Amino acid sequence: MKDFFRVAWLVVRKDLMVEARSLEVVSTTLFFALTVVLVFAFGLVREGRPVDDVAAAILWIATAFSGTLALGRTFERERQADTLRALMLAPADRPAIYAGKLAGMLLLMGLVELVLVPLVGLLFQAPIFAYPWHLAALLVAGTTGFAAVGTLFAAMLVRARSCDVMLPILLYPITVPVMIAGVRGTAALFQGTPDEELARFWIALLLFFDVVFVTLALWTFEPVMTE
Amino acid sequence: MRFCRALFVAALLMAAPIAPVALAAQPQPSADEFVPMEEVPPEEQIPAINLVAAAYGFVWIVVVGYVWSLGRRLQKAEGEIAALEQRRR
Amino acid sequence: MSKLNQIELALAGAMLAVAPWIIDAAPYESTMGLVQKIFYFHMPSAWLFLLAAIISGVASAMFLFGKKKNADGWALAAAELAVVFGIITLVTGPLWARKAWGIWWVWDARLTSSLILWMIFTAYLLLRRYGGPGSDKLGAGMALFGLANVPFIFVSVNVWRTLHPQTSVVPTLPVQMGGPLWFCITAFFLLFLALLSMRARLERQRLRIEDLYLAEDEA
Repeated sequence: MKDFFRVAWLVVRKDLMVEARSLEVVSTTLFFALTVVLVFAFGLVREGRPVDDVAAAILWIATAFSGTLALGRTFERERQADTLRALMLAPADRPAIYAGKLAGMLLLMGLVELVLVPLVGLLFQAPIFAYPWHLAALLVAGTTGFAAVGTLFAAMLVRARSCDVMLPILLYPITVPVMIAGVRGTAALFQGTPDEELARFWIALLLFFDVVFVTLALWTFEPVMTE
Repeated sequence: MRFCRALFVAALLMAAPIAPVALAAQPQPSADEFVPMEEVPPEEQIPAINLVAAAYGFVWIVVVGYVWSLGRRLQKAEGEIAALEQRRR
Repeated sequence: MSKLNQIELALAGAMLAVAPWIIDAAPYESTMGLVQKIFYFHMPSAWLFLLAAIISGVASAMFLFGKKKNADGWALAAAELAVVFGIITLVTGPLWARKAWGIWWVWDARLTSSLILWMIFTAYLLLRRYGGPGSDKLGAGMALFGLANVPFIFVSVNVWRTLHPQTSVVPTLPVQMGGPLWFCITAFFLLFLALLSMRARLERQRLRIEDLYLAEDEA
């Protein structure tokens, strides 16, 4: 058990160190998230006032899109140096490698959300401090679900052809419940009279989704990645 | 390849019933409003028999198309196996 | 194709050809009239779509965890049938809806869930076709996740939709509709069995062809 966490931590540390040298993925992902917010704002803001529920929708769409991009970029790095295969050959618990990759991805997406949430609150007058813990719970649970499935699929696709377009094609249909729960939960918190009970329902659903899919991913990581 | 073609044809057929209505640009009730059929003016009503015929026709075309596509792929595979096994001897 | 498949296909074809007359004999449904007859093809397709999805997911699990090589062929066959019956369901549904509710598409819980599930299996087929070597394992993972997702899709889409006014009208079925309905279900089910085993056989043949080529190369 301790080995599991040790290996996972080593993987996270390796990724952080590599990223710290160039900050390439972090900066490009952050800027991409900004671009997404801007582009969607043009579509959804009419006469200077946002349509209802736009803030929640844009927040989660920007998170999903930049998350997909970040997944692609991170694993592209692995593919170029074929380091994923080296990792798999190491005498380490395979699911631990997955856990390490997932943790790294969560850190990155968390960073992006730390920038996106205040931005969305500012641009669309969304009450982000009304229910901060509920909002945080929604974001953590939703991001975990999205990243859990995304990390597995991105790792699976490292050696596949046309992997760039395959990742969103595979990822988005599977993470539809996460998007629905995230957007509707956040919208329930942002609306005129916030519906706290509904938000709690969506948080519960997301947590359940996380448990099921992280477990499933840990189980399937090894059979899927080995020849 | 053949499956891709079958899928493409199916997708075109999917668009076929929708296209003429979309092109006619009839005003539609919003998705949240339930307008009972008696209250919709007759010009906006598509005769039921057209829709039923389209549905049945579509099902037949897809089913027959898929069976045919599958049959051809099976034939090709069997031919290839026969040829390969002959070459082995 | 095997004798059993031939019988199944012939029977299914005959039954489907006769179906319009049998369906015509069924009583009209009170509120929707003629267009409700689409239901006799729409519902069996929807059931078989779901069945095919389940088979694909279970076969994928057997392939990944049980290491049964043949299971992958069944998974792919079932996924293809899921896409085919899904297309039938998703097209006949709106054709029925256009007359019954006045619009082509409603973001109704069941229709939306079906669309999402259909997209999952279409993505699976795209992956198998274009993913290159090793996509059998990848696809199995995808199908498994797709299947595990079904309850989540259903719950989330349902709750999403019940906050909006309902536009679906659930038809009540008089007893006389039971006969034609079961007739159609049987016909479609025979068709499904035939197509599933034929498609799985095609996969086994493909594997055999690959082995034969490999043997040739080595010789």
